Amino acid sequence: MAPQTAIEVESLSKRYRLGQNLGGYTTLRETLAARRRRDTQEDAYLWALRDVSFSVPKDQALGLVGPNGAGKTTLLKVLARITQPTSGVSRTRGRAGALLDVGTGFHPELTGRENIYLNAAILGMSRREVDRRFDEIVDFAGLERFLETPLKRYSWGMYLRLAFAVAAHVEPDIVIVDEVLAVGDARFRAKCLERMSEFGQEGRTVVFVSHDLGSITQLCRRAIWLDHGQIQADGPSEEIVQRYVRGSVGDVPRIDFEPDPTQRVQVLAADVADDEGRPLDHPERGQPLTLRTRFVVREELPVVSVALSVQDQRGIRVLDEVWGEHGADVLTIDDPPCEVDVALTVPPILPAGDYLLGVWLGSSYDSFLEQEVLRFRVWPRADDPADEVDRDRVAQPPVRWQVRRADLR
Amino acid sequence: MTTADERLGSASRNEAPSRLPAWVENGASDRFHPIALVRDLWTYRELARTFAVSTLRVRYKQAAFGVAWAILQPLLAVILFSIVFGRLAGLPTDGIPYPVFNYSAMILWLYVSLGVAAAAQSLVENRDLITKVYFARPVAPFSAALPGLVDLAIAFVVLLGLLVVYDVTPSWAVVFTPLWVLAAVLVVLAAGFPLSALNVRFRDVRLALPLVLQLWLFASPVVYSASLVEGGWKYVYALNPMSTVLDGFRWSIADGPPPGPEALVSAAVVAVGLVVGLVYFARAERSFADVV
Repeated sequence: MAPQTAIEVESLSKRYRLGQNLGGYTTLRETLAARRRRDTQEDAYLWALRDVSFSVPKDQALGLVGPNGAGKTTLLKVLARITQPTSGVSRTRGRAGALLDVGTGFHPELTGRENIYLNAAILGMSRREVDRRFDEIVDFAGLERFLETPLKRYSWGMYLRLAFAVAAHVEPDIVIVDEVLAVGDARFRAKCLERMSEFGQEGRTVVFVSHDLGSITQLCRRAIWLDHGQIQADGPSEEIVQRYVRGSVGDVPRIDFEPDPTQRVQVLAADVADDEGRPLDHPERGQPLTLRTRFVVREELPVVSVALSVQDQRGIRVLDEVWGEHGADVLTIDDPPCEVDVALTVPPILPAGDYLLGVWLGSSYDSFLEQEVLRFRVWPRADDPADEVDRDRVAQPPVRWQVRRADLR
Repeated sequence: MTTADERLGSASRNEAPSRLPAWVENGASDRFHPIALVRDLWTYRELARTFAVSTLRVRYKQAAFGVAWAILQPLLAVILFSIVFGRLAGLPTDGIPYPVFNYSAMILWLYVSLGVAAAAQSLVENRDLITKVYFARPVAPFSAALPGLVDLAIAFVVLLGLLVVYDVTPSWAVVFTPLWVLAAVLVVLAAGFPLSALNVRFRDVRLALPLVLQLWLFASPVVYSASLVEGGWKYVYALNPMSTVLDGFRWSIADGPPPGPEALVSAAVVAVGLVVGLVYFARAERSFADVV
């Protein structure tokens, strides 16, 4: 018996217009002005998706990986019918529910109870369904005492709990999730992951985007790697994640980005250096590495902290360091624009292999930047055996052996 | 092996009796279906209701006078207009006491102007929803037209009080009252749908609208009587559908003169406006998430 198909995508392309319009609406005057210089605008398009085709059987969980701007979110939005493709078609069978953010449509003036009904209706639940599952939702959120409190008096943690409790009780046939797990604390993330895997076990179709490659391999058996709007690879998630991280590791671990004044926070450069700050072209295992990134902040930000993370080719987060003890050190950007240089020196623990450096800038309320910025390879040392890279390990710190043979005879 | 088969078997047993859900397509299409749009609206009626209820709740939260505003707004306007136009200008009112004459039109006018303004902002104000969830987009302007009906109902009770105080007895035409309210709703939708979509692309709408509504008020028989317009001009005047709606409402409630044949012009304007508005909305809808 052939498995039923839940999602079918046929040569899907989506084009966005660059320039003023990308930032959103225009005024009439701008449109009239643009019309006059139309010929110069022809190249001002960005293909967020280009000729993407795939299909997903019912009850499969599919992970999407790819760098920022690869078209992952656009693909989710097309699948969820939030936006239309420029050409091609996507078909879904069954109710599709998109969780592109938590608490969509929450209103600060309404109480917790009122917001549950509002949010659930927005996510496609009928009033009767909400009535039936209301107690479960409240239980799940653990906010019985605050049901009649306006949402604006909630803490961020309570807000997240309420939002996720509603989302977790929506039961679409096709679950479309984007980065929801990126917010909140570790416990919240774990809870989200757990619910996501339940979605899978319940036989729902899941499409899942995350920067956390580990959760992709954990939740999904299949993954698609998107880059520049095109499918680079499609297959078992472990294999795809590995290929993605190894991907296009350049010879030199260094990258510069074109400044884009429309972004309020933007990474400008990243590289790998030794512990004295000399850039390395060929980092080797067994030496301390300094991971560096520079970004520009173009608008005022309240207290923010910085984190750097390193994921290996299996998607395991080897490092996830927040500046200062538990993020105690903070920056205040009160005179933008300004550039921030961040350097994290790591003792020699990374085994030879390919890695992905991620940077995060945010506060406990918001994240302003979360991006994988640099792929880099840590090379084996000249005297390492040839199979060094293929060993299945996470860390390789300098160690001291003590093996003594005692003759018993 | 067997367990896997059993699982498959049981799964298909569960599936077999229920029909497979139909494919839902999202493609690049230049077609637009005003009919499909109305059908979507029906499918999402519960969401429309939830939006409307939430709007009402939010509006009267932390407002000291609460629901009393539904009465205060038209009443204050009427007191002002009664002094300026009723006393000073001495405009004809078709034999209806000026406060009744003015208030009856004012409550319906306020419903329309506030409804159009709310509908025009409905998509732009819900940017988050538009870019992050799918729902039938027409729900937004449609549900913006609903909360005002509650205010209208409250204000209507006060109107009944005024009728008693000024000793005005409605004629048999009172049975048509709901018709004029429905007509007012249609006017709001005919203007609200295209304006909300236009506002997504051009924020000029929000800036220009207060002025346009102000002009519209004086182009409508709210403070004066439509009987000031005579002869063939009546048909030109009826291009503003509010002239017929307000006159008709006064006819039903306060025994004013009945609307003439020029009402057909108004009806045609609303009908054409609705169709054109919905078609424009359905076309623009495709790019809302990208532009808003």
